[in-house]
Amino acid sequence: MFTPSHFTALSLFALFASVVFGITMRETPARMARYAAYCFVLFVGSAVLLSWAMYFIAR
Amino acid sequence: MATTPNTSIPAAKGAQGFVYLPLIVGWLVPGAGHLLLGKWVRGLLLAASILGMFAIGLAMGGKVYAHAGDILDMLGLVGDLGNGVLYFASRTLGLGADSIQVTTADYGTRFIVVAGLLNVIAAVDAHNLRTGRKPL
Repeated sequence: MFTPSHFTALSLFALFASVVFGITMRETPARMARYAAYCFVLFVGSAVLLSWAMYFIAR
Repeated sequence: MATTPNTSIPAAKGAQGFVYLPLIVGWLVPGAGHLLLGKWVRGLLLAASILGMFAIGLAMGGKVYAHAGDILDMLGLVGDLGNGVLYFASRTLGLGADSIQVTTADYGTRFIVVAGLLNVIAAVDAHNLRTGRKPL
């Protein structure tokens, strides 16, 4: 069984979802790539921020 | 007042045959709707993303919903059905766990459901390209 770390699972999820979002939500290849990168950064960035928030709340 | 059909949309102007074919083919086989329209790079990227997500979900020990016992199972089943042939093949081959034992398997279950939902988005995008709602 494949048992990735939480961060690896999150990164894989963000990568696949961002590619599909980029292709389906924009019209030109350049805008698709930019939107996919934007979605990926938002996915991973928000997870990292929320993780740190929970870390400090738990202290 | 009579309305005239919109002939300014390039894809719709030459549209012949069954308009819903890319939608149905795209749902059955991830990325195939775009491949059918000659969008090779987009189709292959969509196929790689959706197949990859589905395969990783299975590898993580994710559950493939077989029946809808309660509302959450029903939502999971609807999401899984979005995978088209992948769902039916996995059910036929007995792939996927029957129950969740570890946290990773729970993530895997979500991967499989989301792969199905993303496939529906991709199939609708192929339909929009076919009808001219989205420029080719």
